[in-house]
Order: sequence, then structure tokens, then C-alpha cells
Amino acid sequence: MEHKYISTDVSIFCKGCGHQLIANNTEKALQKLGLKPKDVIFVTDIGCHGILDKISEVHTFHGLHGRSGALAAGAAMGINNPKKKVIVFIGDGGATIGLQHLVDAAVRNVNMTVIIHNNFLYGMTGGQTSGLTPHGFKTETNPDGKQYQNYDLSSMLSNAGGSHVRRLVGMGDFSEELYQAFKVQGFSSVEVMELCPSYGVKFNTGKKVTDFIESAGMEVKLFPEKIRSPYTQNERNIASSLFNDCKAIPVKYKNSLKKPLKIVLSGSAGEGAQLAAELFAEAAVASGLNITKKGSYPVTVGVGFSTAELILSPKDIQYTGIVTPDIFIITSNDGLNHAKAKLSKMKKGILFIDSSLNPVAVDPGVEVIQYKFRELATPRSAIFLALDVLLKYVRVFPAEAFENVIQNSKIGAKFNMEVLKKAEVPKK
Amino acid sequence: MKKRQSILTDNSRLVMESLAQAGCNVFIGYPITPANYLYKYATQRYDIVQDAPDEITTLQWMAGYAAAGHLPVTATSFPGFALMLESLNMAYMMELPMVAILVQRLGPSTGTATAGAQGDLALLNGMISGGFPLPVLCLSNAKDCWDIPAKAAQIAVELRTPVVILTSKEMMMSLNSFDFSSLKKITPVKRKFYSSEDTYLPYKPGKNLVPEFLPLGDDKHRVRITSSTHDTKGILQHSTPEALGNTVRLHDKIVKNASKLSLYELDEDGGDTLIVSYDVTAEASREAVGMLRSKGKKVSLLVCKTMIPVIKEYNKIISKYKNVVIAEENLTGQLRTLLFGTAGREGVKGVNALGKMISPNDIVREVK
Ligand SMILES: Cc1ncc(C[n+]2csc(CCOP(=O)(O)OP(=O)(O)O)c2C)c(N)n1
Ligand code: SF4
Repeated sequence: MEHKYISTDVSIFCKGCGHQLIANNTEKALQKLGLKPKDVIFVTDIGCHGILDKISEVHTFHGLHGRSGALAAGAAMGINNPKKKVIVFIGDGGATIGLQHLVDAAVRNVNMTVIIHNNFLYGMTGGQTSGLTPHGFKTETNPDGKQYQNYDLSSMLSNAGGSHVRRLVGMGDFSEELYQAFKVQGFSSVEVMELCPSYGVKFNTGKKVTDFIESAGMEVKLFPEKIRSPYTQNERNIASSLFNDCKAIPVKYKNSLKKPLKIVLSGSAGEGAQLAAELFAEAAVASGLNITKKGSYPVTVGVGFSTAELILSPKDIQYTGIVTPDIFIITSNDGLNHAKAKLSKMKKGILFIDSSLNPVAVDPGVEVIQYKFRELATPRSAIFLALDVLLKYVRVFPAEAFENVIQNSKIGAKFNMEVLKKAEVPKK
Repeated sequence: MKKRQSILTDNSRLVMESLAQAGCNVFIGYPITPANYLYKYATQRYDIVQDAPDEITTLQWMAGYAAAGHLPVTATSFPGFALMLESLNMAYMMELPMVAILVQRLGPSTGTATAGAQGDLALLNGMISGGFPLPVLCLSNAKDCWDIPAKAAQIAVELRTPVVILTSKEMMMSLNSFDFSSLKKITPVKRKFYSSEDTYLPYKPGKNLVPEFLPLGDDKHRVRITSSTHDTKGILQHSTPEALGNTVRLHDKIVKNASKLSLYELDEDGGDTLIVSYDVTAEASREAVGMLRSKGKKVSLLVCKTMIPVIKEYNKIISKYKNVVIAEENLTGQLRTLLFGTAGREGVKGVNALGKMISPNDIVREVK
């Protein structure tokens, strides 16, 4: 027969290597399938089996050790064409290091066939033990035999949901089995059990491949087939632009700012510091100002401190950090603890601090305003009240701007606006 | 002048929209702070979004999609980027266009996920085995977050290479007001595929040393893509002259086309002092320059945006200055070492910080 997919007349493997048999059977199975060579893509791994790349007459994609499963899945999903056949050639070594990729392709039922060349060891690197090496099998690195069991790859792939999963002994003509796997739309795999003449046979003289399959209790069979639709790329419902929900903010209010104003809010996580700062920022923009807002919180967002740094400026802002704030707002104990270092740098400006907190030593140049933010507004709205009071006290831009933004925001319906409206302004 | 249209956003939005308008249509994601906003925006905007089970898979899937003719993007931070390294080398060798956004955070290791840093430049410089340059472009303000990603996509396609966009936590996560009307129009990147009837040689150098591209699975031509040392046909070779020539071409392709990716900002003011910076510290540097000049000090500023390959212009510019202050948020001065080696140069000093942003005053103090 004329070769169409693999030049099997060129021998590239050691004499008697099962990989050659797999190549021959693959050629035969593909001939049965009758696809055009340009409709077939071989994705080969690093290992002896991977040299097949050289003698293949189809599209070839040759990447890293163990990653062919993922590389093929990416290509199959990217090509997204049921007429194109993606076939992966991988060893037991590649299947060990890249196990996750194979399981994942089976879970998604990606349209591809994986041929696992399971010769129980790493052939290319000299016959070391892999995850698929069975108990008792001797290798370069386990001359007394492997101490524990192998994992049963085909069972795992079948359990993961691969449509068509088979294990067979790599002897004689198994092109029909490969053909059955190639025909599948979705994930299929064929685990071919073989011995590496150069290392496997040498270390385990007199043993047959079937001896190990039997003692390991691995089943040689077609696992129950799954009727599942293959992975297909569905059209996503997407925005035509990320600016669709980020519209220009019209300037409706006036501001009285001549130079940048730096505000730090420091409260507890879950008490709205970040949202309050964002809405405040929006109000500042609606008042014709430039603004930056930086948030800082521990890795777990629900506990501990939460601080926000705001810079308001009539001009463009470059550096977004705040070394010494002009205004500090502290509404909780977590906030106070986190604020101490920065607070000690303040030599002037204003500190708004919740009345419930222990008095804190600040530079005499700093004006301290104690206010019952938590009591009047509840802890969840304390920072909102503090920002509102700040605006009424310092008059950077109208508090009305901030109140309107809150009202129109996602929290507007539930927010108690009266607390802000009725807030008393501290006396100068 | 156009009427100012202020929007309020983080720069992640600018980056992802810029890439989308440039033609990137696939995003493969694995969550990590501070790159999560980028992932979130991608899910709202990209034709294809995949949640990968890890960052090795991420890069492998991207390579698969890229080979199939798509232009994929991912975003990560050091822990994820470290897992991507071998696969990035693969994509580099295969010459697959893609964009990886690296949002720096405080290391080593997991470090502090929610603290910024500029700690990964040294890694990027050496990440391709053999010391080959993989283009790295860095964002220094909101404007860059719009202009540079589109440029990165264009370079990825034109030079058939992965491109890294380097940025950091504050740059991607802070909210800022921004004049929407100042955004330049982005022209989508044109993809030109091999169209001749002649046998397709996937690694035959074309214009600018870049081989013509054809997606895997083409109906007419056989396509071979490989990351092993290979000849122009894409066939594995041990070390034949043709194959080694191909490997050298990977280096030359980037270096000889460096003018295409020469991006920097230079603000000269006479005098003999130059401040050099990149990424988030560039903003502090700009402010420091303003402060110094308002006090009558003549000082110039170089903001590097093309980080790798190190472009010739940098040395040309820097060599004119007796005093050079390099400001970067890391302990050891990675840009300084990249430009001057460990021996340094007389008159060159660093402003460095770890775990906190460098302020304009920190820089001003060093210049005086
Ligand atoms: C990340 C990585 N680790 C290790 C190697 C070295 N390596 C090359 S081939 C191979 C083993 C191949 O064994 P297997 O996949 O079983 O295929 P075989 O050679 O037996 O056909 C290894 C470990 C590598 N190339 N990449
Ligand atoms: S070393 Fe083993 S697996 Fe590799 S080609 Fe030789 S016989 Fe086959």
C-alpha cells in the first residue's frame, strides 16, 4: 500500500520497538478513514514516539514534553472544525507529567484522539520509572522493581468523561481499534501497552507485557462509551466595547480646588471603603476634577483593614501614591491600626475620626474632628457619612454631587440618604 | 481641541479594549491578583474565553489557538508567569504570535499579592534559554495603556512572536479619571497568510527575517510547527548548519527589527542630569522632574517603554549625561543592571524601594 500519512518504510525507532507498530497501524487506520492528509494534524510529544513528526506527511505540531495534550486541545478548539482530525502521540512519561491536560481534554470532550505509547518507562532518557510503570516492573532507577502501583490512565480518562477510551496490547494489527477511535467526534484515547526492547526487555528478562498488565489488574478493553457532544465553541454574548458601561461623566457641579487634595480613608473590610471612595471619585469628576483612587486591603478581602487613597486635582495627576495626606478619615479600629504609620507623617491637615475610637496622638498642627459616624450612620455607611461631612466642612465640591451619585448607584435604593442630608457640620 | 470627556476607570479596561480593537480575539485565563481585572474584562469582550486549569495549560492552549490562526492573550503575575516560562520558550521557537500581560506584584514567590513591585525585569531579560530577546513593552501611564497594547499585538503578528506587556499592580488596579476624547483610533492588525502555490516552508525567512504564516490544518499546504531545533521545513534536526541558522535567525529577527519596537519618552532640558524610569515609577519621575524644574534645576527624563530588547537609543541618550538616576521599585536596580551591568558606571545611581511606591520626593532627594 502506498503511504499517505506516515512514511512507515523509514525506520526511526530501535529495532522491535512497539512505537513502530503503532505508526504502521495508524497509517492503516487513517487509510481506512480516508481523510485527506491536509485534514489530519499530528501533535507529537517529546519522547521516542515524538520523532514520528519527522516522517509524517500530514500537518505536524511538535511541542514540549508532556504538553501535547494541552497543545492539541488548544489547536482543536482553535480550529473548531469537525472535519479536521487532531491526533496526539504521547508516551507514559508525557502522560505522567501532563496528566492534567489529558484529563481536562476528556472532561471537555475535546475533539481529538490521544494515542498513549505505554511502554512503562521513559525511553528517550534511558529507561526511568514513570507514573504508569506497574508495581514490580524494573527500570534504570528502580532495579529492584517499582515499589507501588501505577495509576490506571485509561480508567481515569474514562471516568473523566472521554467519549471513547480503550486499552489494548500493542501486538499485530490493531488498526481497526485505532480507526474506531479516530471516527469519534469528541475525546477518544487508545492506550497501547508495549515493552521497550532497549530498556524494558533488558531490565525485565523473560517477562511479557501481558504479565504486568495482569498483575496490575489493568483491564484491556473498550471502556463504556459515553454519548456526549464534543466540545464546540459557542458564540458568546459580548460587548461591542468595554466603554459601553463606562460612559463619560458630564460636569454638572463646580469645584473650588486650586491644588491637589490627598485624602486617605481607613476602615474595616466589608464596610464599604472602596465603594464609597469610587462613588466619591465619580462625584469629583462630575465636579470637573481629575481623580485617582487606589485601594489597599489584605489578601482576604472580607477581614481586617480596608483603605482607599484618593487624589483630587484640578490638573492631571501623575504619581498616584500618598506620602502625607491632607485629610485622613478613620472609621474603625482596623482602620486606625493600619493608619498609624501614615498618620504620624501628617504635620497639618484634618483628621476625621470616629468618636468610638481611642484617642490617637497626632501632630499639634493636625486638626482633629471626632464624629459619631458609626453611631449615626451604622458601621456600613460610616465612611459615606464621613466623606459627606468632609465635603460640607471643607467645601471642595458640593456634597450634593456625592449624594446624587450615591442615590443613582447600585446601593442607592437601600441607602439611608437622610443621615447624610441631616448631618451636622462641625464648627470651625 | 476636542471637548474633554472624562471617564472613570482602571487601566485594565484600556489595555483589554486596546488589544481587542487591535484584533486579539481569544483570552485564556487563570486567576491571579493583580491581573484579575484584565481577566474580567476579557470575559465581557472577547470572542473566545477559556478558563484554563493552570498557567502551563494557559500557554499551551494559547499556542494551539495561535497555530490555528487566532491572536490570543493572557494576563498573569509572577507565580503564573513562572509556570508559563517553558511554554513561552516553545511559542518563541515555534514563532507563534500572542500577547502575555505580566502584572508585577511583590515577591519573591507568592510574596504579597496585593502589593505592587517592579521585580521581574531581570527574569524577562533572561527568560529565553540562550539569552534570546523576547519583546517586552512596558506601560508607564494611562495613555500607554491604550497605545502600547495595540502596538504589542501588531508586533506579535508582524514579527511572529510572543510579546510580553509589562506592568504592575497600581497601574492595572487603580482607578483614574481619563479623557476619553484623547484616545487615538486603533487600526486592527492585518493578518496576512501565505498565499503562493509553491510548497510552503514554514520557517523560510521572509521579509524582515520573519517567515510567512499559515494556520495549522490548512487545506492546501502542509504546515509544520515545532519547538525542537529545526530546518526551514520545520523538521527536527540535531544541529545542522541550516537548523542552527534558523535558531540564530530567531535572535536576529527581534534585534534587527528593534526599530519597529522602539518606544520611549524623552523630555530633555539641557543640564547634565537624567532621570530614567519605567512602569509605575515613571509617573513619580515625571512629577519629580516638574518639582525640580520649578526650583530652577535643569533635569531631563527618559521613560523606557521598550524594555527588551534594550534599544540602542538608550545608551546613546544616557551617555550624554554625567549624572543618571534610575528609579525603579525593586531592591537591586534591575534596569540599572540591564543597562550598565554589575560594574555600573560612574555617576549612575539608583532610587529603589521594596513594598512601597517610590515617591517624587524620593527621586528629588537623590537628584539634588
Ligand atoms: C520538562 C521536561 N522534563 C524532562 C524532559 C526530559 N525528557 C525527554 S523525553 C522524556 C521521557 C520520555 O518518555 P515517554 O514519554 O514515556 O516516551 P518514550 O521515550 O518512552 O517514547 C523526558 C523525561 C523534558 N524534555 N522536558
Ligand atoms: S529506547 Fe525504547 S522506546 Fe525508545 S525507540 Fe528504543 S525501544 Fe523504542
